[in-house]
Amino acid sequence: MADPSTSFDIIVVGGGPGGYVAAIRAAQLGMKAAVVEREHLGGICLNWGCIPTKALLRSAEVYHLMKHAEEFGLSAQNVAYDAKKIVERSRKVAARLSNGVKFLLNKNKVRVFDGHGKLAGAGKLAVTKDGKVGAELAAKHIVLATGARARALPGLEPDGKLVWTYKEAMVPPALPKSLLVIGSGAIGIEFASFYRTLGAEVTVVEVLPRILPVEDEEISAFAQKAFEKQGMKIHTSASVTALKKGAGSVTATIEAGGKTSEATFERVILAIGIAGNVENIGLEGTKVKVEKTHVVVNEWLETGEPGVYAIGDLVGPPWLAHKASHEGVICVEKIAGLNDVHPLDVTNVPGCTYCMPQVASVGLTETAAKAKGHQVKVGHFPFVGNGKAIALGETEGMVKTVFDAKTGELLGAHMIGAEVTELIQGYGIAKTLESTEAELIRAVFPHPTLSEMMHEAVLDAYGRAIHF
Amino acid sequence: MPTQILMPALSPTMTEGKLAKWLKKEGEAVRAGDALAEIETDKATMEVEAVDEGTIGKLLVAEGTDGVKVNTPIALLLAEGEDAKTLAAAATAPPKPAPSAPQATAPAAAAPAAKPAPSPAAAPAPAPAPQLAAERGNGQDRVVASPLARRMAQQAGLDLANLRGSGPHGRIVRADIEAALAKGAPALPRAAAAAPGAAARPAPMVELPGAAPYREVPHSTMRKIIARRLTEAKQQQPHFYISIDCEIDALLKARQELNARAPEGKGGYKLSVNDFVIRAAALALRKVPAANASWTEEAVRLYARADISVAVAIPNGLITPVIRGADQKGLAEISNEMKELAARAREGKLKPEEFQGGTFSISNLGMYGIREFAAVLNPPQGVILAVGAGEQRAVVKEGALAIATVMTSTLSVDHRVVDGVIAAEFLAAYKKLIEDPLTMLL
Repeated sequence: MADPSTSFDIIVVGGGPGGYVAAIRAAQLGMKAAVVEREHLGGICLNWGCIPTKALLRSAEVYHLMKHAEEFGLSAQNVAYDAKKIVERSRKVAARLSNGVKFLLNKNKVRVFDGHGKLAGAGKLAVTKDGKVGAELAAKHIVLATGARARALPGLEPDGKLVWTYKEAMVPPALPKSLLVIGSGAIGIEFASFYRTLGAEVTVVEVLPRILPVEDEEISAFAQKAFEKQGMKIHTSASVTALKKGAGSVTATIEAGGKTSEATFERVILAIGIAGNVENIGLEGTKVKVEKTHVVVNEWLETGEPGVYAIGDLVGPPWLAHKASHEGVICVEKIAGLNDVHPLDVTNVPGCTYCMPQVASVGLTETAAKAKGHQVKVGHFPFVGNGKAIALGETEGMVKTVFDAKTGELLGAHMIGAEVTELIQGYGIAKTLESTEAELIRAVFPHPTLSEMMHEAVLDAYGRAIHF
Repeated sequence: MPTQILMPALSPTMTEGKLAKWLKKEGEAVRAGDALAEIETDKATMEVEAVDEGTIGKLLVAEGTDGVKVNTPIALLLAEGEDAKTLAAAATAPPKPAPSAPQATAPAAAAPAAKPAPSPAAAPAPAPAPQLAAERGNGQDRVVASPLARRMAQQAGLDLANLRGSGPHGRIVRADIEAALAKGAPALPRAAAAAPGAAARPAPMVELPGAAPYREVPHSTMRKIIARRLTEAKQQQPHFYISIDCEIDALLKARQELNARAPEGKGGYKLSVNDFVIRAAALALRKVPAANASWTEEAVRLYARADISVAVAIPNGLITPVIRGADQKGLAEISNEMKELAARAREGKLKPEEFQGGTFSISNLGMYGIREFAAVLNPPQGVILAVGAGEQRAVVKEGALAIATVMTSTLSVDHRVVDGVIAAEFLAAYKKLIEDPLTMLL
């Protein structure tokens, strides 16, 4: 007879946005669920990612507005910041939300095991804490949601002091005067923007020909221009080949266009991607397949090993919290045998980058759409054509839409500018509902809002923009 | 000389059909057995296969053309090395029933004595209330589909009504259209081809002074067939009607007991009253075989098997899937087969042999609370049973008033084939089975 205190219908390894959501959904469906978490409930997202960085960026944004108070007819003298207090606020926000997750799991009667989970034979999971075996758990279904960590490259290893990953960058003891950001994906660009707004000299090095490489090319170009205007230095098609650490600074060798140069920075942030946490979770000897540090799963998040599933950053891209959560739900609903479960369509997963100006997108870029064989209709609308944007003093930005010329399917939407991260879900819903231009044109967008630009960008794709 | 491809007769009674869709283009090579076109007949869309190989020289009949007479040339096939210039002459040459005329794959399935005959239903709508009607709601065929799916279907000439949605709540989404196109789904009939875009839209309301406003709904193929066959039935088959009341309390009890014993999962069943009616009618036909008959000009045809056509309402019409040899099938088998046939009927996925060639029809309106009604015969069949609701009525038993659940059944009979006494004997046998359901086990 199975011990009821250690025997479950489903165990989720990892309490991040993929894991805890999966566990709650499982509990809702009447399964006896448990979560094994080695550090903080809420995972990286909540403790060391999405949420605390948003708190930091909010401080930077308010600081920026205060410095521009005169534009709004206000005055603010001696505008200054206290890095320690900014970090403190960010940590408080994270702590509050982590407690919230604990409460939610409790409310849904999900057992939480504190420790490191490791597969220990079919349907078994060993939990260790501080090197000691704490519990032997059993479940028919084990969902791996162990997440990922910053990727390091030989010669570019973080040390936590001079060379940071996101984790140290989030809790700076003081603001560095100069900063090198290696990698210009969402993480790199968010930190670059944050530190630049607070006044640091920021240099970004990107190996690909453009920054924010997953975004539409026009958005990348727009963003680069905006950042350079703010005084950021950006090297694309460039790489950092060596980091030489000094007493309080790092000298980086930067290779670009066949030329090598050296520059010295107070701190370096490594943001060259992530590596899945596939080690030490008992994958050895199982049929779980790992490719390039990520677990291979099918559309129902099943690994090669019966009864073992994987979701979130541990599996394929996009590596986003909301994608992880949805995978958790899909995985659990499939396990529960619900009829109406559908695999995740990643072209319906929006992506947001919280730099200044913000960047948000969903679906295919114009280039990707063409590469997939679509004939496209493309619409644009600039922030300068929008009343609300002008009133907000946020005239830098644009909205771009990509439609299939034949069917009118909304293939993708790409935005840069104030608050676009809050707007993108409008297109996300439209895409998920398989809207065509007709429904978007017929939809009424309220005036005066930034969202009117979303309407205009659709109209523009069909040569019908009114306000530009 | 190019070979003419002729409009095939896909069933013995077919005189004309609609060329729903060409599956080959001009200039396209075909091999024997290739599907050339989709022809919409009485109720099904069937493929026409090529008999010879060659190249399609010319399509003579446009997609979506209605009322194409059987044996009309519909395309010209060029044999290897044949010049396209010969096409002009061939197009005007009189059609000959060439051996290379395409063979229709109309299967002929029927009771031993019966000639295969399409049997669109005769009577009003049936008992199994179509779930679909509820889903489609609002009385008008509302197909739940995403905007993108609608547009893709329109562009591809697909009829959404024939598709099953895989999206939330059965919504038809892009993936379903793509899957249908990959499978080569049947094209949207006439309307789409004739007026792309305007296809699914209802006609405008016509308002004339002094007259009630109206709108015109063009006839579907099925509507035309129903009209033609039922007119034929009422004009040519001299109907008479007899009714009988059956007490069904014992039947209801037996049904409840049997359903309570149904195993879960495999081998499961859920018997309806109509399943008992089907079995009782089939067994009664065995007892009174003279009622299992139809009229032909030369002879009365007596069937040796009870193939029961059961009317099922489908959007914009009805269809009569056939339970073959219902007299040799148990209740659970009848029940499950009926459920499966009805479900596919509503999806428009019945094969011709599944709705053609029954020997006896049942139409049940009981679930709508109809007490009794008389159905129109389903030619060439000679009898049809119209079943009303089982309701509690006051009955007199041995001189005392009592309450019983009573169901009235009415038989419409073709007097050319079946006389009053035979019909009465049949109904008496039927009543005996219905009132004493244990005898159905015999």
